[in-house]
Amino acid sequence: MADHKLPATTSPATRRVVLGMREASDLDELELPSETMPLNMGPSHPAMHGTVRMVLEVEGEKISSADIQIGYLHRCFEKESEYATYTQIFPYTDRLNYVSPMLNNVGYAMAVEKLLGIECPERAQFIRVIIGEISRITDHLTCLGAGAMELGAFTPFLYNIKFREWLWELLEELSGARLTHSYCRIGGVVADLPEGFGEKLRAVIAKGREVLVDVDKLLTRNRIFRDRMDGIGIITKEDCCAYGVTGPMARSAGLAYDVRKDHPYLVYDRFDFDVPIGSVGDNFDRFAVRVEEMYQSMRIIEQALDRIPAGPVMVNDPRVTLPPKSETYNSIEAMIAHFKLIMDGIRVPPGEVYSFTEGGNGELGFYIVSDGTGRPWKCRVRPPSFANTAILSKVLPGLFIADVVPTFGMVNMIGGECDR
Amino acid sequence: MAQVVLDRLKEHFATEILETGSALGNEWARVRRDAWRAVCEFLRDDPVTQMNMFIDLTVVDRFGREPRFDVVLHLYSTDKKHRIRLYGGVAEEDPTIETLVSVWVGANWFEREAFDLYGVRFKGHPDLRRILMYPEFVGHPLRKDYPKEKRQPLVRRDPGRVD
Amino acid sequence: MGFDAITGKLADAVNWARKWSLFQYPFVTACCGMEFMATAASKYDIARFGAEFPRFSPRQADLLIIVGTITERQGPALRRIYDQMCEPKWVIAFGVCASTGGFYQNYSTMPGADQIVPVDVYIPGCPPRPEQVLDALMMLQDRIQRGEGHSQITIKAEKGYDVPIAAIRPIGHKTEKSEGK
Repeated sequence: MADHKLPATTSPATRRVVLGMREASDLDELELPSETMPLNMGPSHPAMHGTVRMVLEVEGEKISSADIQIGYLHRCFEKESEYATYTQIFPYTDRLNYVSPMLNNVGYAMAVEKLLGIECPERAQFIRVIIGEISRITDHLTCLGAGAMELGAFTPFLYNIKFREWLWELLEELSGARLTHSYCRIGGVVADLPEGFGEKLRAVIAKGREVLVDVDKLLTRNRIFRDRMDGIGIITKEDCCAYGVTGPMARSAGLAYDVRKDHPYLVYDRFDFDVPIGSVGDNFDRFAVRVEEMYQSMRIIEQALDRIPAGPVMVNDPRVTLPPKSETYNSIEAMIAHFKLIMDGIRVPPGEVYSFTEGGNGELGFYIVSDGTGRPWKCRVRPPSFANTAILSKVLPGLFIADVVPTFGMVNMIGGECDR
Repeated sequence: MAQVVLDRLKEHFATEILETGSALGNEWARVRRDAWRAVCEFLRDDPVTQMNMFIDLTVVDRFGREPRFDVVLHLYSTDKKHRIRLYGGVAEEDPTIETLVSVWVGANWFEREAFDLYGVRFKGHPDLRRILMYPEFVGHPLRKDYPKEKRQPLVRRDPGRVD
Repeated sequence: MGFDAITGKLADAVNWARKWSLFQYPFVTACCGMEFMATAASKYDIARFGAEFPRFSPRQADLLIIVGTITERQGPALRRIYDQMCEPKWVIAFGVCASTGGFYQNYSTMPGADQIVPVDVYIPGCPPRPEQVLDALMMLQDRIQRGEGHSQITIKAEKGYDVPIAAIRPIGHKTEKSEGK
């Protein structure tokens, strides 16, 4: 629909001739009979952000309604956790938000520890904060890298993955796995930091800051990137509250809610960090909030590495901790205790708790109902991506088809978390 | 820390609030099923509670207890920074409860999930259909009496083979 | 030098060209997608095998990499994508969820993608390291060189023409002669 606006000084006769119409004023009120076309952005699509199906009704290029269909990665976390012991659920939690697995581990461990009424030792709390922030950095790196790649910028993706590889190598040294660590346990973490971890992490962060500066140079004032991201996909604070949107999406809309600041847990209240708040709530704000959050995470990590105390990393409570191997192999009581903890699971007293932490995408809550045995009666994840994706059905109508790609990229829907 | 919410609820809804309590840092209240939406609207609009953010809605299957299902709602106030959990008991023979979509729009998907996985129907919901499972699925899988490994495949390479 | 020697060498040459220019369709669903991205990125560089650029249309792809868990809901979509690919085509099941279902044995996950598509190479691991992926790619390349991809293996049906063994019928479908494939 081209905009044939001629200067008003042309005479009506000229306009009729030029525009070739019987009445020049018809152009503005032209209503052709039409119907919307359904367009399916199917469960497998190049925007490599997990599987989701968007059935769009389009008029030309404009979307008139969007039906987001999720559930293509429903792996039954809740059902599996009803059949697994509390410690066996840790690998399932890794695979919820698989770009920031440590944050899920920490959130779940805290929920069960609340039910048990124990608190992990201070060194373990510092370690949980450090690895949680590393996971948050990898989450944002992946989101922004993939988001930029979908818009055609391949180099920032490679730079971000390079930084992510350095972090993953460190996490592999720490826990044995690059991606799905299962590093936390009820009552602490499974093993202490290896030798030299602190120095290596500081070196990686220093190199990583340079990577972020490079990516910033490529994207932040890039004409094409800004045109595709500015002003697109605006959400308001009231929408965020009504839909339950939290995390970088809500903060970009101006809602100043960060669980680490408002309801501090672990040792977050001892660190000095800022929470970036956006103003417009468009795609570019979400991008900028995530970039700034990465810098703040690096700040937290450096402070934590400075102040981490010495001490045990696992609480010394026979109800939850496996006895040391030297005792297990040599004394019958320790062997029986080990056997019961593995086979029956940790006996959690009956009760219900909702424990929430700041996940990569927002408030990650675990609502656990315990019936007194070693397996939970119900273990529910309150997934931040679920609420964040629900708001898309309000945001997408009115946008063009090409705007779906950056909007969906900046929502950072992680299929494992949204569908569980 | 959300005791003020519980007090306000007991003040205004003396008969509809069946029980309240506070455990492990969470305050909770059990609401009579027919007052579900009224209580939620009050919590959202009242200047003392101001529960503007919808956090979570799920269902607990208390298999073997009457009423069988508990609809569990978590709410938060971004200004007052307090939380509450509400329980609404729903019986197995008549698993319906009012919808909260008119109070918080975001309840839409959470209620669809509760219907999909537990079979609880929400009266007045604009679009109650399955969200995580496919439409051809029969049954409500998160109920305690649905076996974990009972698959209902849509397509298979060799029709004679079962799993 | 008979005609066979020339066509034999031609087949070898064609297979050589096929194995070094794989156009992949990464059917990414879950966490293994992160390791797939890492394999495609600069450190583990799948581009040196010629398999770099993903073709996001199945019509243009010849290698379907099934990355991550396949749920029952995803089944028809995956099958349709497989059917849209042209022969010769190969399938890699990336990750233990795509191979056997992994530790997700429940009402919604398919116990392996080979329930609906025939798979050439299985990569175990949760998620597999990029070195495993490259090893699997080299294994696949050996199969391609020998001409042994599943879509290239046919059986002589009764009617006398070749029928690929990757045939499928949806559940409930009845044929007159339903024994044999």
